[in-house]
Amino acid sequence: MKEILFPLHELPIGSCGMVKKLTAEGGSRRRMLDLGLIDGTKVESLRKSPAGDPIAYEIRGAVIALRSEEASKIFVESIKQ
Amino acid sequence: MGLTNQSTGTGALKEMFQVDFESPDDIVVALAGNPNTGKSTVFNSLTGLNQHTGNWPGKTVTNAQGKYNHHNKRHILVDLPGTYSLLASSVEEQVARDFICFGNPHATVVVTDATCLERNLNLVLQIIEITDKVVVCVNLMDEAKRKSINIDLKKLSKLLGVPVVGTTARNGEGLELLKDTVSKVASGEIKTNPRKINYDEIIEESIKKVDSDINKLIDNKFNSKWVSLRLIDGDLPLLESMNEYLDSDLTKNELLNKKLKIARDKLKDDGLKIEDLRDRIVSNIIKTAEDIGKDVVRVENKSHNQLDRKIDSILTSRIFGIPIMIVLLGIVFWITIEGANVPSSMLANGLFWIEGQLTELFGWLGTPEWVHSILILGMYRTLAWVISVMLPPMAIFFPLFTLLEDLGYLPRVAFNLDYYFKKACAHGKQALTMCMGFGCNAAGIISCRIIDSPRERLIAIITNNFVPCNGRFPTLIALASIFIASAAGAFSSIVATLTILATIVLGVMITLFISRILSKTILKGLPSSFTLELPPYRKPQIGRVIVRSIFDRTLFVLGRAVAIAAPAGLVIWFMANITVGNASILTHCAQFLDPFANLLGLDGYIMMAFILGMPANEIVIPILIMSYMAKGSILELDNLAEMKQLFIDNGWTWLTAVCTMLFSLNHWPCGTTLWTIRKETQSWKWTWISLLVPTITGIVVCFIVAQGAHLLGLV
Repeated sequence: MKEILFPLHELPIGSCGMVKKLTAEGGSRRRMLDLGLIDGTKVESLRKSPAGDPIAYEIRGAVIALRSEEASKIFVESIKQ
Repeated sequence: MGLTNQSTGTGALKEMFQVDFESPDDIVVALAGNPNTGKSTVFNSLTGLNQHTGNWPGKTVTNAQGKYNHHNKRHILVDLPGTYSLLASSVEEQVARDFICFGNPHATVVVTDATCLERNLNLVLQIIEITDKVVVCVNLMDEAKRKSINIDLKKLSKLLGVPVVGTTARNGEGLELLKDTVSKVASGEIKTNPRKINYDEIIEESIKKVDSDINKLIDNKFNSKWVSLRLIDGDLPLLESMNEYLDSDLTKNELLNKKLKIARDKLKDDGLKIEDLRDRIVSNIIKTAEDIGKDVVRVENKSHNQLDRKIDSILTSRIFGIPIMIVLLGIVFWITIEGANVPSSMLANGLFWIEGQLTELFGWLGTPEWVHSILILGMYRTLAWVISVMLPPMAIFFPLFTLLEDLGYLPRVAFNLDYYFKKACAHGKQALTMCMGFGCNAAGIISCRIIDSPRERLIAIITNNFVPCNGRFPTLIALASIFIASAAGAFSSIVATLTILATIVLGVMITLFISRILSKTILKGLPSSFTLELPPYRKPQIGRVIVRSIFDRTLFVLGRAVAIAAPAGLVIWFMANITVGNASILTHCAQFLDPFANLLGLDGYIMMAFILGMPANEIVIPILIMSYMAKGSILELDNLAEMKQLFIDNGWTWLTAVCTMLFSLNHWPCGTTLWTIRKETQSWKWTWISLLVPTITGIVVCFIVAQGAHLLGLV
């Protein structure tokens, strides 16, 4: 069964997703790779900033805030904790 | 690997990387690590105050070096910029990599964070791929313990093939062992056997195609497998660096290019597109790090981050996040302004007492009056003025601000405000550089280094001047109190405060507006990216905060200001004292500027005061008083009432005060700031733009306000 992929910023707060695809390019993609966002990485959506964007995620033990523009280029599938 | 000292020699280190050698026996140790791992604490604990900071040659990346003695050997510690990776996607990464690769340090220490080791191993693996003289320092062991994270250091050392030392740098734990280990690795007493990254078979195959040829080309100086893979990946910065440091032009080497093409074709044949190679390499490194991490890290308490999460849920909450931030920053400003008054007047008294003594000395020596006048009333008095007004607020503001930084609060401010900055096409961290600008615009400009995206960084630099600095606050406060608030009677202090607040808000609005315009016009198309790390909250180290903020920020800014204020004092003295016809040069200039200044609601003298106040905004009002009173040196009046009367006698209305305040908020940056912009951008073009943008804004705003008020018959 193939899971449905959706962009990271649509991941509900408090739930986890697994990175399946990056569509970012150039410098932005390299930064994501530096953060350890590769195929199979588990990401938890932690909290929204007061205005709703950016959103803070836990990525490999670090808390990283991403804007919806960047997060929309990271596709995840939802996983049970 | 032939990473010996002979390969490029200490001469190269000294020249290309400006390593401060005292003798050829000195041991050079590079300090690498991710940001927020306590790397600078390790650096400071090892070297104490025996350090100096500058820039990497030709780069606006801070280069800090320090010294320590161990077993009678002098060790020079070079603090590399904090990076997550060495694949050279930023200047910082390039600087760090070039130093490890071409600087030939005797040993490299990689500082890692015990509380998120796996992520840090990414950098460790990349470094042990380049050099085998590595010591891994697992720092923040106390934090890990508190969070019940257990790390098997022995096993980690076995898996990595290099020595591993656990430390808690903030209380010095483990640092002796670290020094011992570094010495032994540097001297070769400890032999290392670094773990190699397991690349996918197809990548290994393609490396084999070029490995031996590249090894010949680079004369066995570096790990040829690593160089091969970097070159197959099309790492141009590495090639450029090789050309620069090895003095051989490899870009035009036909054999190399041919071989690289073969290797890339091999990849393509095996089904890996060259664009996907970088992803594959990174994945392989991360997977290796993951495997090691699983073996050595044991998390006993899964909810170890709960406290941080709770604090975050208050400090970045929807309702309280922004109000808490405003209150905190308000407290910082209040302490700065209130706290600076006393030391400021003490300093002024002290310095003007010295002026008196110097005057007597000159009298005793019998020096001519004009010499005394130039040196004391011109240069010394301007200098004394700048120091006494500038030093106390900075010495209070910077430590407070550094304290918030050390706590880990500042990234949360950027997180809270990023949305609004995004609307202005700017970076959330610009909020922090603006806060710094309240202390001093020059310091604000330097702090723009924290913004890693080139476009947003330039925007932050160009617009920093719209935040009124410490030097402009006294002008704003004085004018607001005597012209705007005095009409409010009993509520005058409230009205004055509100006026100042309104000015700040206006400054912020102009900043956002101009940021947006800049990114849509001259900065269009420059690359931008946004990632913001929210590091764990940490207990601040008060002592370190005070020392670092005084040395790195306060004295640094003061030094630049003094260098500019002294000669400027001379110019001001000449302008005020040399008369042509029946008036001083200053008066002539003021009369010439008068018609233009009138259009902006100002007069020629005010305009001249702003121009002559270029060295430091603090002296604008003193120069103005000097000009109105037709005296030959800058001075201050004892009370605001006298000042108001003087200004009214010279034709001031409330509109003049408003326009002067607006012009103070929006005009050219001071000399120190411009100098700093030039240093930071390495470009005259951006320096000029940073001068013109606020100046034009100020002219436009003042013109609209002044002419609008006239048209409406308000004045």
